[in-house]
Amino acid sequence: MISTGMITTLAAQVPGFTPGPGWNLIADVQDMLSFAFMRNAFAAGTASAIVAGLIGYFVVLRQSSFAAHAISHIGFAGAAGAVLLGFSPVLGVAVLSLAASGAMGVLGKRLRGRDVVIGLVMAASLGLGYLFISLYTGNAQNAYSILFGQIFGITTGAVLITIGTSVLVLAVLTAIFRPLLFASLDEEVAQARGIRVGAIAIGFMLLMALAVSEAVQVSGVLLIFALLVAPGAIAERVARRPGAALAISGGLAVLITWVSLALAYYTPYPVSFYVTSLAFVGYLAARGWTAWAGRAGQARRLAPPWRGHRDADAAVGAAETVTVRT
Amino acid sequence: MTGTTQPVPPVIEASGLASGYGGKIVWSGADFSVGAGEFLTVLGPNGAGKSTLLRMVLGLLAPAHGTLRVFGGPPERGNPGIGYVPQRRALDPDLSISAEDIVGLGVDGHRWGVRLSPRAGRQRREAVAEALAAVGADGYARRAVGRLSGGEQQRLQLAQALVTHPRLLLLDEPLASLDLRSQQEVSQLVADLRAEQGFAVVLVTHDVNPLLPVTDRVMYIAGGRVSIGTPDEVITSENLSRLYQAEVEVITDSRGRVFVVGLEAEAAHPHSPVTPAGAQS
Repeated sequence: MISTGMITTLAAQVPGFTPGPGWNLIADVQDMLSFAFMRNAFAAGTASAIVAGLIGYFVVLRQSSFAAHAISHIGFAGAAGAVLLGFSPVLGVAVLSLAASGAMGVLGKRLRGRDVVIGLVMAASLGLGYLFISLYTGNAQNAYSILFGQIFGITTGAVLITIGTSVLVLAVLTAIFRPLLFASLDEEVAQARGIRVGAIAIGFMLLMALAVSEAVQVSGVLLIFALLVAPGAIAERVARRPGAALAISGGLAVLITWVSLALAYYTPYPVSFYVTSLAFVGYLAARGWTAWAGRAGQARRLAPPWRGHRDADAAVGAAETVTVRT
Repeated sequence: MTGTTQPVPPVIEASGLASGYGGKIVWSGADFSVGAGEFLTVLGPNGAGKSTLLRMVLGLLAPAHGTLRVFGGPPERGNPGIGYVPQRRALDPDLSISAEDIVGLGVDGHRWGVRLSPRAGRQRREAVAEALAAVGADGYARRAVGRLSGGEQQRLQLAQALVTHPRLLLLDEPLASLDLRSQQEVSQLVADLRAEQGFAVVLVTHDVNPLLPVTDRVMYIAGGRVSIGTPDEVITSENLSRLYQAEVEVITDSRGRVFVVGLEAEAAHPHSPVTPAGAQS
């Protein structure tokens, strides 16, 4: 559960709190973790970041980042409705995003190319959420906590629920890992090999809804793209093996979350700002690195030895990959 | 190579087979069998129902009428005896997964869970390396698939389909969007692999010409009817006129390439009155 008194900066949240980093990293970390709210933030942030990173890689592979984005926005209506009814906003996000994911999974291919429909449902949900918030007579700051995240206000009970959800998502993801990877990379052959690609798609969408519900606590509905998609997109560009890609994606999501929490602890700026900025910078760095490595590879390797004229234009692309090993 | 003397049941056996979905019949009255190791090329215009034949063999679509047997039994999803190469689609150019891993999906991608046993991992690596070598793709085994050319990606698809040593290889439009030289290369590669490994081939294509040197028989699907036989029997003015219910003429050029003339009204490209046999609609 998110605390009702939503305040974005720590200095204002903890009376008499005047943090400042020293030069001793271990002492700084000990200092940070001496506060229960920081321990909770790190625990919940880590649990949701691992899930966001791993699910995010498949979101990128399946090219369903727009669906992930839409589900989080639909979840906003659930969060606002839950606040209005006196429930936890995260519970509201979970219920509505699971429902929306299930519907998208069932519709499956029929939704392909229907971005207008998804976009309109998403806008309508945001509008509905806004109505719920204006009807709510309590603290209007709650709206901001849903939209932009509020990890510092997380209760110990919510931390345990977050960790439990992560364990569940990881267990299911492990169980369906190979068919999910096959269906994500080559749906037609996967289907021919006997994989129930429709059921896998629905299962994945439900996992994604849980990942969204968790990540909303860190980055909020509006900024979820950063945590859910950026690490996966970076991993897709740089990793050769699926296992390495998942390790990179999950590791980056955790790293981004940790650094953001630490920066937010020592500065007056909000966590989700750092999450989005670090994700964006990381993605730019990955693009820059692959482009640089591509040019370096191209200089060493002018033509592929195995094919003739037809692949001449592709030779540039093929040569680009030479130095990008993980 | 027609397999009539084989002791094993035919790879595919169809009688009175009709294809269709949603109560609509696309083609009907197909009686044929494909013997072990046979090469069958399936021709016909777009929308004639060539790919639905493959979907029926894969067990993804039930026959509208008639019976279809695969390896002597009913078609079943996930039949390990079948390798399938669907029509190629463009991969995300950012996709950095290695060629090896794409081929490896053919080994254990359909299994639940994650691969834990080192022995299974070793066997998988060996099977993948063998399949990559067979299609001549070992030179780019560790490259990112998104950066490979269309022809290279296609060899990987072929390796993925062959990694389990199937008895039947199904290929859907493997020559589409390849240039003439690559079309001949791919046709010859499939023919060579068939000679080595002894699997039967059912290949769907628009243009029979690159396949004339390697195919045993052709199946022509048009106008809701199906005709099967050797290329000389099937691709004749008389036979195709009967299928299309229109006056068409088959002409052969000095190199033995066949063209169907007289389908201008149906042609997708009205500026090319002469279309390769099988390539129109």
